[in-house]
Amino acid sequence: MTNIAIEFPGVKALSGVDFEVETGAIHALIGANGAGKSTLMKILAGAYDHYSGEIMIDGKQVQIRTPRAAKQLGIEIVYQEVDTALVPYLSIAENIMLDVMVNRMGRRHFVRWGEVHQSARKVLERMGVKLDTRELVQNLTLAQKQMVLIARALAEDARFLVLDEPTAPLSISETQDLFRLMKDLAYNHNVGVVFISHRLPEIFEICERVTILRDGQVVIHSPVSNVRPLQVIELMLGHRFDETYPKTKVEIGEKIFEVNNLSADNGAVQNASLYVRAGEIVGVAGLVGAGKTELSKALFGALPAKSGETYLKGKKISVRTPFEAVQHGLALVPEERRKEGVLVEEPVYINLSAASLSVFCAALDFVRGGAERASARKVIGDLGIKTPSEYQKVAYLSGGNQQKVAVGKWLITDAEIYIFDEPTKGVDVGAKHEIFELIGRLVAAGKGVIYASCELAEIMGITDRTYVMYDHAIVKELVTAETNEAEILFYSTGGK
Amino acid sequence: MDVGALSKNKTQKEKGSTIALNFLTKWGTILTILVLVAFFAITMPSFIKPSNLLTILRSISIVTVIATGITISLTVNGFDLSVGSIATFADSLVISAFVWYEFGAVPAILFALGGTLLVGLANAFLIVKLRIPDLLATLSMLFIIEGVAMTYTGGGSISEGMPRLDGTETFGKIDLVFKSLGSAPWIIIIMLAVVAVVHIFLNYTKHGRYLYVVGGNLEAARLSGIPVDRYRMLAYILSSMLAALGGIILASRIGSAQINAGAGYLMPAVAAAYIGFSVGGAGRPNAFGTLMGAVLVGVLENGLVMMSVPYYSLNIVKGLVLALALASTYFRKR
Repeated sequence: MTNIAIEFPGVKALSGVDFEVETGAIHALIGANGAGKSTLMKILAGAYDHYSGEIMIDGKQVQIRTPRAAKQLGIEIVYQEVDTALVPYLSIAENIMLDVMVNRMGRRHFVRWGEVHQSARKVLERMGVKLDTRELVQNLTLAQKQMVLIARALAEDARFLVLDEPTAPLSISETQDLFRLMKDLAYNHNVGVVFISHRLPEIFEICERVTILRDGQVVIHSPVSNVRPLQVIELMLGHRFDETYPKTKVEIGEKIFEVNNLSADNGAVQNASLYVRAGEIVGVAGLVGAGKTELSKALFGALPAKSGETYLKGKKISVRTPFEAVQHGLALVPEERRKEGVLVEEPVYINLSAASLSVFCAALDFVRGGAERASARKVIGDLGIKTPSEYQKVAYLSGGNQQKVAVGKWLITDAEIYIFDEPTKGVDVGAKHEIFELIGRLVAAGKGVIYASCELAEIMGITDRTYVMYDHAIVKELVTAETNEAEILFYSTGGK
Repeated sequence: MDVGALSKNKTQKEKGSTIALNFLTKWGTILTILVLVAFFAITMPSFIKPSNLLTILRSISIVTVIATGITISLTVNGFDLSVGSIATFADSLVISAFVWYEFGAVPAILFALGGTLLVGLANAFLIVKLRIPDLLATLSMLFIIEGVAMTYTGGGSISEGMPRLDGTETFGKIDLVFKSLGSAPWIIIIMLAVVAVVHIFLNYTKHGRYLYVVGGNLEAARLSGIPVDRYRMLAYILSSMLAALGGIILASRIGSAQINAGAGYLMPAVAAAYIGFSVGGAGRPNAFGTLMGAVLVGVLENGLVMMSVPYYSLNIVKGLVLALALASTYFRKR
């Protein structure tokens, strides 16, 4: 691929990207969040028809404008979310042969089941994977489902196989199995494998070449043996345009919130311990998928916890449900704002009182509408929420103002501990600034703040202390003033 | 020709048509009622007589009470299909209390409400705890309770003087005050009171607000610290209680327990609740809208009967009205 560029309304996603893959080798493609990895792979998969630049295969120029064109050229992609590509109540054989059955049935209307199972078995044998082709896909583990998807790609005679963060959900032994298969495909079957991963040790373990993307451009394309891990981290970070972070100086007080050995079901959070002091902003850094959202929810009782103890101001409290969390003075501003943070179909004032309605209740739980709306108007003024009135539906507000509503509902409850999960996702620079200032005011009032973000610059800019997450566990605690982005990224990519 | 003026003219036209459309969706139901009343009144002058209007109100009372129950289950984005069977069960319970056990009016009513409360709890358990989709859970409950009512009464019917299941004679009489509940004006007063109380409950209390919030976005409600399971259970319990009240009035009206007496109320009640969504621009299930929905169905039914449309064809019309109401609710949502 040479000089690939693509634009979306308002964003230049990729520009002047050159990328090459040889068959019979494993290539790493890495980059920080938003660097353009997924976009590049989607172009390869034929998901976009408006890219510019040239794509050559075997020296011949080709066009990949549709998914079908990509498949005909032998390019197969295994996406991170394996479940979206599989039909759970069909057998392994049917899932492996799905594309073949859909595209190559021609005018035949009856399925030759013997043939389907035989072909599927052949593919699995070639991969050295032992699975009964009659088993239903819904009974498989995540790792086995990945194998089925890879088998499907091979059934289509893939020449290039792209694996998008395949190791994120896998255990160590499952990862090793996958690596063995990747090597086998590359060296014995002459497939070109592209491996997208956030985990640097894995890249150094199995890849020959590495391409690093940053802000939609290639910063380096070289044999893996020519670079060192720290160098890779520096190249991933580069120097992005500077943003300023309004950090108010706040006297840090006593420990007010402490969690010990918190674990959630299915390993979503593993043995996390952390504490927050009054007036302190504690960061939770980590890449996408490291478990920050799960940790935020587990702290708030929104994910069932297997073990763990929570203390608020030295007293042990029970946080098994969000209801209990709110009673104790915890607040969560969730990542999925429109799905979880606000009620988009309701007006602003109903959103702002959703967590604190009892405050406005008279006898028999009648809501005092006047008091409720007056308090809504006050919050709208305090936070500078841009809305014509408190009656406006939240759906009509901008992302940043919706976020302020999601925060605003907790101000009325007078919560002690505020948990923010990616609060700046999808809000513009101005609104970001206002959210940071708002957080500053919270800590100035002696509250504790937990701030989870994959944006390292934000973690560096506003936190006092930070926990780094990798693979659903807290792997490192750092004092923000004594660290830098490179060190945080080092630990969040599995460095030790 | 001036293009700018043309496009301006066009946008004004478009604006005008959206305003008209909004007006129609808000007040369409009430307009339809008025148009129907006018049409029937012109074609059949006897339609508009006070006695006939009273008949209409009386005929929709039971449907309306049951429909307000469905309305509450709809607020949490649920659905209660079992209301018809619950009404039948309540009918059987209250009549058996009078005839078999010689209870007074108040204990008999409490007996029926208590029995059906268990059904509401069972619904809540199936849906909230076992996580069965509401439609399927209440569908199974529809059959279970239909069977329970028939088994309890030994086939379906009880009336004054009928022997018990074991053949012993009965002397219990249905309370006279109780009997008056099912006739005008009491039946209409009960209906209006239920609608008013539910309307106030849903719109002016904390619990009503939470029911709507839970129905609007379950996860956001949960993360706001609202005990969502408790409110979903409350909705199904209230829904079955109101269905039971409908069954009790029905018992008073027909003075006996009958096989599947309440089954016929399910469909018009669902129709009334869905027609009510849009009334007054609420855009959500609401008690006043449900009353209007029931009035619409009642006026249509009464008028068509007076026009000598055979009763067995009425379901075609009622079904069409339901389909229309659903279309107006879901079509706009896209």
